[in-house]
Amino acid sequence: MPEHPKRIGGLFPRNRDRHPPPFTPGYRSSVVRAPQFSLVSIGASLSELTGPVFGHDSIGTDDNDLTRNHAAKDGSPIGERMIVYGRIRDETGRGIPSTLVEIWQANAGGRYHHPGETYHAPLDPNFGGCGRTLTDDEGWYEFRTIKPGPYPWPNGVNDWRPAHIHFSLFGQSFAQRLITQMYFEGDPLIRHCPIVNTIADQATIDDLVARLDLRASLPMDLLAYRFDLTLRGRRQTYFENTR
Amino acid sequence: MTGHSSHIMETPSQTAGPYVQIGCTPSRVGLAGINPGKDLGASLVSRKTMGRRISITGQIFDGTGKAVRDGLVEIWQADHNGLFNTPLETRGKPDPHFTGWGRQGTDLKTGLYRFETIVPGRVSWHDGRMQAPHVTFWIAGRGINLGLCTRMYFPDHQEDNAADPVLTGLEHPTRIPTLIAAPDGDDAYRFDIVLRGRNETVFFEH
Repeated sequence: MPEHPKRIGGLFPRNRDRHPPPFTPGYRSSVVRAPQFSLVSIGASLSELTGPVFGHDSIGTDDNDLTRNHAAKDGSPIGERMIVYGRIRDETGRGIPSTLVEIWQANAGGRYHHPGETYHAPLDPNFGGCGRTLTDDEGWYEFRTIKPGPYPWPNGVNDWRPAHIHFSLFGQSFAQRLITQMYFEGDPLIRHCPIVNTIADQATIDDLVARLDLRASLPMDLLAYRFDLTLRGRRQTYFENTR
Repeated sequence: MTGHSSHIMETPSQTAGPYVQIGCTPSRVGLAGINPGKDLGASLVSRKTMGRRISITGQIFDGTGKAVRDGLVEIWQADHNGLFNTPLETRGKPDPHFTGWGRQGTDLKTGLYRFETIVPGRVSWHDGRMQAPHVTFWIAGRGINLGLCTRMYFPDHQEDNAADPVLTGLEHPTRIPTLIAAPDGDDAYRFDIVLRGRNETVFFEH
């Protein structure tokens, strides 16, 4: 039987005030899917402090370029071409290297490539809307894509999603796992969105808004937006001494 | 770095939405060609994996009893010897033929998920006590504002379960059955998850 390691660095407790609560009636889907009981707090054991690791062999060359990874040989998706980039770090500010970042989004017309999608905006034959990459040694990631369109959705009678990109992140511990959404600076639909407004605090919402970054743009080709993300941090450096 | 105030704060969660499978299991929604090979997490085992091979299937039910058909289920578990397949593992050499991590979308029509895996070995708790064999589950999807974490235990490890620090530490032991899979034939287990209401599954924070 493997011996238990002597030093275990626990994760900082999750600050639940920053996250949406489970039950948010303004976002109607949450009403039947929100647990009624409180979460049961248990310290993270090795089962949660460890997590899956992904190698470069699991990522293809074009996986982070949504302008190419579903396009015909001479095709290209319609929409504003852009770079989305940023840094993944933990709450101590350290970049998280080699962690998997996955994104998915609607096309420029606000239509998802999904059998359950009902919006009548057209599919774009050159756009699939998903991508993935690994962060570099300092935690940086980059995608190329097109700007997703806003779209109406069945919630209230006239609810529209602001343009957004879904992000899925891993970190090094399974208890750091996070899925969230990125919005775009200046979008007037952000403040009207019932999903955005599941978060109570305006400053916290601002952490989900990517900023236009002209300096990182490629002239005559792609605009850049910067979006940094933060995962839970650990008190100890137990694992990092063991690499 | 012991105080909390000087830290930058965790990015807030947003629901994974109804189209999470586009990003996480693209081949399930007609985007098989977008990434080379299989969806990440599609398989945990190979022919060389050590340990007793099992399957785990189940559904996720909402508060009305309807199966969630647009959800995402991930599992993470130790190998046959109780070791995790990560370079951070210091207690021994994990089975290189077992990834420990699996990911499936719930079926778009039936809501069923299914994993082919092995029974994990036991892993120690903070204080050195041994935990019963268990599989960590993480669930995301439409209507779930922050991913939900739970555990699956095995019905045929009653003695281990009776001494497990998590199960024995629950304030409401009547909820323990929500964490224990049901036998579902030879080497097969059924683990349903109830998001809300009667027999609501225990969800954890760490």
